[in-house]
Amino acid sequence: MTKIDITLTVNGEEMTGRAEPRMLASDFLREVLGLTGTHVGCEQGVCGACTIRLNGATARSCLLFAGQLEGADVTTVEGLGSPRKMHRIQEAFRRHHALQCGFCTPGFLMTVAEILETEELRTDGDIRDALSGNLCRCTGYEHIVRAVRELVNERDGVTA
Amino acid sequence: MTDTPRPDRAQTIRPKYIGKKVERFEDPRLLTGRGRYSADIKADRMVHLAFVRSDQAHARIVSVDTSDAAEAPGVIAVYTAADLPELPELSAPSAMKDYHATVCPALARDTVRHVGEAVAVVVAQDRYLAEDAAALVMVDLEPLGATADPVAALKPDAVPLHDNVPGNKVLERSFATGDAPGEIAKAAHTVSGRFRMRRKSPLAMETRSYVAQYDTGRDQLVLHTSSNIPGIVRDELARLLHLPGNRFQVVSPDVGGSFGGKGSVYPEEIIVVMLARELERPVKFVSDRLEDLTSTSQAFDEIIEATLAFDEDGIFIALDAEVIGDIGAYSIVPWTAALEPVQVVSFLPGPYRTPHYRGRVRGVCTPKPPTGPYRGVGRPMAVFAMERLVDLAAAKLGVEPDEIRRRNLVRPEEFPFRIGSGIRWDRSGFLECLENAVAAVDVASFRKRQTEARENGKWLGLGFGTYAELTGIGSRIAVAPGMPINTGTETAAVRVDSTGAVTATFATASHGQSLETTLAQIVAEELGVRPQDVTIKQGDTSLTPHGTGTYASRSAVIGGGAAIVSTRALLKKVQAAAGVLFDVEPDTVETGDGEIFVPGTNHHITFGDLARAVYSDMKALPLEARKPLEAQEAFDPWLGTTTAATHVAEVEIDAETLEIRITRFLVAEDCGRMINPLVVDGQVHGGVVQGIGAAILEELHYDETGQLLSATLADYLIPTAAEVPTLEVNHIETELPDNPGGFRGMGEGGTIGAPAAIANAISDAVAHLGIGVEELPMTPNKLFRLIAERQEKE
Ligand code: FES
Ligand code: FES
Repeated sequence: MTKIDITLTVNGEEMTGRAEPRMLASDFLREVLGLTGTHVGCEQGVCGACTIRLNGATARSCLLFAGQLEGADVTTVEGLGSPRKMHRIQEAFRRHHALQCGFCTPGFLMTVAEILETEELRTDGDIRDALSGNLCRCTGYEHIVRAVRELVNERDGVTA
Repeated sequence: MTDTPRPDRAQTIRPKYIGKKVERFEDPRLLTGRGRYSADIKADRMVHLAFVRSDQAHARIVSVDTSDAAEAPGVIAVYTAADLPELPELSAPSAMKDYHATVCPALARDTVRHVGEAVAVVVAQDRYLAEDAAALVMVDLEPLGATADPVAALKPDAVPLHDNVPGNKVLERSFATGDAPGEIAKAAHTVSGRFRMRRKSPLAMETRSYVAQYDTGRDQLVLHTSSNIPGIVRDELARLLHLPGNRFQVVSPDVGGSFGGKGSVYPEEIIVVMLARELERPVKFVSDRLEDLTSTSQAFDEIIEATLAFDEDGIFIALDAEVIGDIGAYSIVPWTAALEPVQVVSFLPGPYRTPHYRGRVRGVCTPKPPTGPYRGVGRPMAVFAMERLVDLAAAKLGVEPDEIRRRNLVRPEEFPFRIGSGIRWDRSGFLECLENAVAAVDVASFRKRQTEARENGKWLGLGFGTYAELTGIGSRIAVAPGMPINTGTETAAVRVDSTGAVTATFATASHGQSLETTLAQIVAEELGVRPQDVTIKQGDTSLTPHGTGTYASRSAVIGGGAAIVSTRALLKKVQAAAGVLFDVEPDTVETGDGEIFVPGTNHHITFGDLARAVYSDMKALPLEARKPLEAQEAFDPWLGTTTAATHVAEVEIDAETLEIRITRFLVAEDCGRMINPLVVDGQVHGGVVQGIGAAILEELHYDETGQLLSATLADYLIPTAAEVPTLEVNHIETELPDNPGGFRGMGEGGTIGAPAAIANAISDAVAHLGIGVEELPMTPNKLFRLIAERQEKE
């Protein structure tokens, strides 16, 4: 199959990569652009490990083709923060031990970034529902919920 | 080997790090996408593999035509077993009597024995091209018939799977103490059941991934693997491929969970290493989720028929059990097929006094992927069956479930206590955990709520799961019965380098267990530096002469023990050198927070100062005092450490839809001294939620021909955040166990107690209908059938 050039903005930087249009967007980010922070856990659209933000909204990059990224504005976990300067969401995850093996984590972080902007998340039940599209096999979710609760309280100016 | 030093509680004023909620050192990289998992590895000229796998459960390979695939774009080579005359075979020998080890060639040679077994492999420039070509490989299979049901597979008319396994029976083992059948015959009361837990997948979120690189110039092979047992993989592949260990390195980089699924040696690991050497190019294989569900080792599928006898007061007298374990098509390497089913019989009597015990287990081959280690090994099934019997006994006598446990649990003064299978429990909080849980749930007020709810069409249920387990098992006991590999020893090397920095090296392999943090806490506290100043190295066979990895709740106890004995030996060297430097007795030298000093004097230097004096400065110390600041010691706990817990589940079942919701879950556990409470809680939570999955969701459905019907994550469901309640964990510290740190292992307990507690809670909720749970997972569908069957009988 012939390869095409795909130009997009990733984490604020314009990039061009060459790939077969049928390549999955997750593979394009990982293999072609070298952004291996986006993980692939199923390629079936179920686990959420591959979650990125596409033009602001979360999307499963394993369900997109690389060709669909042409001209898009993409944020991956690498765009959130760096080890020396972590994003507030990343700090909360660390503080609450909301990750163990870390494989599902990038997907959770991208989801949390979105739901903090779009959802009210009044109860822990709301948080659990909002996270139910991401699978984690290590943490049992408890610490993830606590981290998100802290972030929601901070957002809403509530002291726990 | 070092004598077992006791936990040293009366230490100096030095800051304590063990027991602190230290934030993990692994997190900054894992949170920012800078982790390095095997699938992230890229190398120049790297080639990619796609396997062609059997779509039949049991068949003769008539032919494999690779000619079209070989011509496909980007294809470098295609191999079948016939193309690889030196293809090794995987087999796990056992010291057990009458054990029949199966043989599994790395690519199927003339017979396939499960759907998903690899028949051919395509090497191509990228994974897409490899998969395109794999679809062109023509495999002609002639069905040989299949007996997928384990009970049927033991019958005389079953289709035999291996020539050398008569009647499909891989192993048989019995334990007996006293006269259980005789006592049961004359007992006042008995309860019985036929219990089954269905086949599951460990389902780590990262699928199995391997990259082999061959440095031709130096004749060095490196395998990066998502394994949690790099040491065992190294030893086994070195043997099979005739590679000396100094030219063959196995590295487990960041690993995305295992739960047992990445804790065995796999054919694909052999193939990537063979092909890297053959092609002189880096070779990568990353399995997809379908492959993971059909070729990664699966979690136990067992049937227990058991009877418990007890007297008028509910005191247990005898337990009798027949166990059938479906081991799948091949015995798992290196653990053997005995790993899981034999432990069921070993652990079945549980934390109770049951004077008479008889248990027999048979392991049976069926044409399904091999079962392998799965978090909890043997104990989830044993505890499920036993705890159901305990509740059935309570119901028969009309006493509360907590009361019957109170009457039968081994009491503090009775330790050490040997159960009917020969396992020895050491002092652990059996009763203390139960009482803690009972106090937290308040059984009496629950009963009130239960009655009220029933009137409103909601069935509430409360269930206990009480268990004990052996963790951190030393070399006295094989973690898998009959397996000829020592997994009881761990070595640590701790050193201060010439810059004053501390590095500690282990043969463990973290795949989420936080060992980079917890082991650093231990070394830091023992040496007198800060945890963030200690670097932990592990998961790389070039670092240590021997080691196995991280599994079986061993790393805190054995790795932590090795950290303590090694760091104490290093501290002696630090004190000796500083003593010469200060001209004082070494004993008077103290350390803390990276400083070395003599209290009440102005002798005060940093580790960096001492390192310079020892290594770089030629004048500060006399030659004989300039010994490397390095110590290496091994630790072997010899026996295991007993961990105990009580789990309590509360469920709510909708009388109309039969939807089962878990509304409360509490764990009261004794894990000894905690190294990092955050990490302990995380391990408990994760285990419990896997146990919830086993109890109400997870089942690999196989049809009678051995076809998998749940081969995607949309069919094989694991718990999401929405199915899980808030998890409460209470830690109880009784007497500290007899190991250097006072640690007990706790990585697996969650999966052990939760299925039993939930099964009991569901049974309690539907008790008024005259039914109970004998099979897990219990789903609304199965519950509906149970109710319908019961109504038919009436
Ligand atoms: S990899 Fe995309 S949802 Fe699982
Ligand atoms: S932290 Fe391992 S899967 Fe979530």
